[in-house]
Parts: sequence; structure tokens; C-alpha cells
Amino acid sequence: MIESPCLVPAASLVHNSPVSPKSHAVPDFDGLFRTPPAFGAKVRAAGLSKSYGQQKVLEDLDLEVQPGEFLAVVGRSGCGKSTLLRLLAGLETPDIGEISFDFATSQSTHVARIMFQEPRLLPWASVQKNVEVGLGSRRIFQDAERRAAEALNSVGLGSRAHEWPSVLSGGQKQRVALARALVSEPRFLALDEPLGALDALTRIEMQSLLERVWLQQKFTAVLVTHDVNEALTLADRVVLIEDGRVKLDLKVDLPRPRQRSAVDFTTLEDQILRELLKRDDTAPDYTI
Amino acid sequence: MSLSSVEPLPKLQNSPARAYGTPARGGASPLTTVRKMRSRLGAYVEAAGVPWILPGVILILWQLSAATGLISSSFLPEPVAILKAGWRLVLSGELLTNLLVSAQRAFAGLVVGGGLGFAFGLSNGLSRFSERLTDSTIQMVRNIPLLSLIPLVILWFGIDEGAKLFLVALSVFFPVYVNTLHGIQTVDDKLVEMGRSYGMKGWDLFRRVIFPGALPSVFVGLRYALGTMWVTLIVAETIAAQSGIGYLAMHAREFMQVDVVVLSILVYALLGKLADFAVKLLEHATLQWHPAFQRGVS
Repeated sequence: MIESPCLVPAASLVHNSPVSPKSHAVPDFDGLFRTPPAFGAKVRAAGLSKSYGQQKVLEDLDLEVQPGEFLAVVGRSGCGKSTLLRLLAGLETPDIGEISFDFATSQSTHVARIMFQEPRLLPWASVQKNVEVGLGSRRIFQDAERRAAEALNSVGLGSRAHEWPSVLSGGQKQRVALARALVSEPRFLALDEPLGALDALTRIEMQSLLERVWLQQKFTAVLVTHDVNEALTLADRVVLIEDGRVKLDLKVDLPRPRQRSAVDFTTLEDQILRELLKRDDTAPDYTI
Repeated sequence: MSLSSVEPLPKLQNSPARAYGTPARGGASPLTTVRKMRSRLGAYVEAAGVPWILPGVILILWQLSAATGLISSSFLPEPVAILKAGWRLVLSGELLTNLLVSAQRAFAGLVVGGGLGFAFGLSNGLSRFSERLTDSTIQMVRNIPLLSLIPLVILWFGIDEGAKLFLVALSVFFPVYVNTLHGIQTVDDKLVEMGRSYGMKGWDLFRRVIFPGALPSVFVGLRYALGTMWVTLIVAETIAAQSGIGYLAMHAREFMQVDVVVLSILVYALLGKLADFAVKLLEHATLQWHPAFQRGVS
């Protein structure tokens, strides 16, 4: 998707614009993405192995994510999908193998961001200050406050900027965490089941919010989830991991926004679920 | 000495209107508004007044039993007599000078001992090497009963200020050390990981994530330290001193001035309460984010 600068209202390009970003009551998507979106990074993992003690979690795993692609990783709990994501986000280092990022432009230094399962907001910082954390070392720049406010607007929480995180609901906290990840304009966003703890309705809202911001910013996204439906709602491609390896790699060629009740959608969902549950039929490792 | 770190706030402060920073809705009828105001006022009076009921009743019973001769004045003088003694000492200037001397000793000991405890707590919480080097030694020293050191301290420092400073500083050191260390060690790892993933490190990570996370525990240590501080100071002043509230009490005992002795005890209680109150104010100022202290964002 190409976004030309002429989409941006002229007034907001001027630094001391009279239009305060806080005055927007509705989510303001144009405000956040005034700079032409950076292209996502190409992520390549080759021969990844990781074990904790005797436990082998990943074994010789290869994975390639195209720039701007939305990849979902599904699998049973304990299959190594979260470990894979932590490796990709640079939180841990692999025992063997390597991960490389190719950026379309070389100007950015730290562009991989992770959104955790929990919001992980600093309870002693206001919502606004929490978002500014996402700017990293750039938060000392003059425009830090404005950029954080814009990111908050983009997730519809512009009016809550000066409150403590503890008064927000679970979904709102996760939206602040999303704003924090987005404010740095990441090239690669790792999502570690960020919607796992939300209720069903909030979850659907968050899914469409995620999809919207991804369509706008066009970063490369890797979402780890145990929810096949969520994976198919958001992803261009779904990868199934079992025993530390890629077992299934499926392109999701459906029009966006995805219709959950469409026949193609349910067929794919059924296919993945059957693959996930296959082991149960042959060799149950527990009995009731 | 109060160890409870948090007193429940009156309901008023937790009302959603204040927590969310929005004005109260204007739709209510004047009658309900008045009723609400009255109940708010009631809550305020209740919160501020109820804690004083028990001390008041005790005071009245005490005065009555002393006035009717139930308690002999040489055993426990009536409250009015104690007030009179207090007024006499205020006029002569004795009370104020001794009060200042005691407060000065307490404060100096707190700064030295608390400062050292805080510094060791920080360094041992942040550095594994530092903890290995000093923690077991500190824990060993901590288990020595402080008051058993008094003969040694008198031999070392005589009965000068040094002895009192040493004892008070030592008594304050341990609670501050233990709680600072505990606070830093129990900072949420997930927040630290988040900070690191956003490029925070060193001083930045400490200032933004580790220290604010450890602060509630540091305050628990400080309040505990204030308790041990007064206890140690009283002992030090009654054993060997030529000024201070403890000296005032010991001096009065020699002349059988029971009223002055009781007055000194009350002054200690008041000083302790005052110090505790000061820390509580500090807590409210710095821990506003904490749900237990929440009054909405300023």
C-alpha cells in the first residue's frame, strides 16, 4: 500500500500546528502515519535450535517472513511457538542457527518490537509516559509527547493519556501496549498472544484494530496464538509448529476483512484444527 | 510504632467520579445532591474523628479516676498535672532544648544508618557480586542484639554524641537494608524484560523501572526503621546522656517527678507518631500510582 504525503492535512505538517492532537475524540489514523510507512523487514530464521536443559524446544527450524507479511504461528501449548517468537524478537539467543533481518532502508537501528501476552505497562507512569517508553532513546526529543499522543489517538485512547494504567480495563491496557509498540514505527512486530487474556468481544475489536494498523503501517508481523480462528482472521500465512518444527505452512488467500462464516474460511480452519488434533487420535498421552 | 503500611482511605476518595477525573453528573435532583454532600461530610468526619474516640475515652477515665483518688498521684498523676508539668518545662525552655537534642540525634542517626542501609540494599540488589561479598556478613551482624553492644559502645565512645549516633544508625541500618534489597529483588521481571526490549539499560532502566518498583518496599523499611530508631534512642538516652528527652525522664525520676517522667513518655509517643506521619505524607506524594494510594492522577 502506498500512502502519499498529500493524504496528510497540511496543518499537521507544520510543527507548531494549532490543531492539538489531543483534540481528536475519534481514533485518528492519518495523524499517526504521516510519514510514508516504512516497509516491513524481511525476517529469516535458519536452522534454529533451542533447548532448556534437557528439553529440546526448537529443532532445526527454518522460517522466512516476507516484508509486510502477517504471519500467524499456531500450535499446541509447549510446542515452542512462544520460544520462536522470543528468539525472533531478540529476547533470547538461539543455541544454533541464526536470525537475520533485511530492512528496505538502513536508517533504523532498533526496529523489532514485541507485544507481550500481558500489557506490561509501568504502573507508576501515566498512560502517556508508558507510550513514550516505546520511543526508546528518542523519547528525549521534543516531539516525543506529540508522537505518543498521536499513537494513543490511533488506538482510541487519546482522552486517557493522563491517567494511571491501573484504572484502565484489560483491553484498554493492551491497546496502550499496542500504541507503545507502534509509536516507534516498527519494521517487525512480534505478537505473543497479546489478545489471549481478553474477553471474546474485546478480542474481536482488538483484532480489527490490529488489522487496521497493520494495513496502515505495513510492518512485518508474526503473531503467536493458540486460536486458529484468530490466526485466520489476521494472517496472510499460517504456520503450524509441532515438536519444534514447522509442520504445516498454509497461505491464507482470502479477502480482507475476513468473513468468519465464509466457506473458504471455515474449510481452512477445519484443516488446521484437524492437523492440530491429529496426534490425539493416534496416540493419546493421557487418559481420563 | 505502626507497621501497617496502608490505612484504608475514606470512601470519598475512591468514588469513580474522582478516579476518572470527570465532573460529577449534573442530572441529580438538588435533594439527592444535598443528601450526597451530607453523606460525604459524614464519611469525612467519620474518617477523621473515629480514631480519636478511644484515646479520648481513656483520657477522660484517667482524669476521673485520678481526681476521685482511685489512682494515687505518686503512682500516676492526672492528665491535667502532666499538662501543667509540660507547661512549666516549656516556660523554662527545658522541654524544647531537650526535644531538639533528641530530634537531632534521631535525624542524624537516620540519615547515616538509613543512607548506608539504602546504599548497601541498592548495591546488593543490583549486583550479584556485591551481594555475595557483603550480604552474609551483614546478616551475621544483624543477629547481634543491638543493646548488648551498649557496654562496648560506652567503652569506645564514652557517653558522647558518637555513642548515640552509632547505636541509632545501627538500629536504622538493618530494616532499611533488608527492605531495600527485598524491594529490588522482587521487582517484576516481566517489566524489566519489557524495559530492556525497548532499549532501556543502566541508569535509565534503574530510574524508570527498578527503583519505582522497589519504592513501596523501601518505605516499609523506612517506617519500620523509625520505630527501632526511637526505641534505641530512648535506651541510649536513659543509660548515658546529659541532655535529651530520655535524660529529662531519668533526671526527673531521681527527684520523684512522676509527672515529668510520664510527660517524657508522651513526648516520645508524639515524636514517633510525627515521624510516621511524615513518611506517610512522603508515601502519598511518591506512590500515587499505587492502587492503595490512588486519588486520581494530578
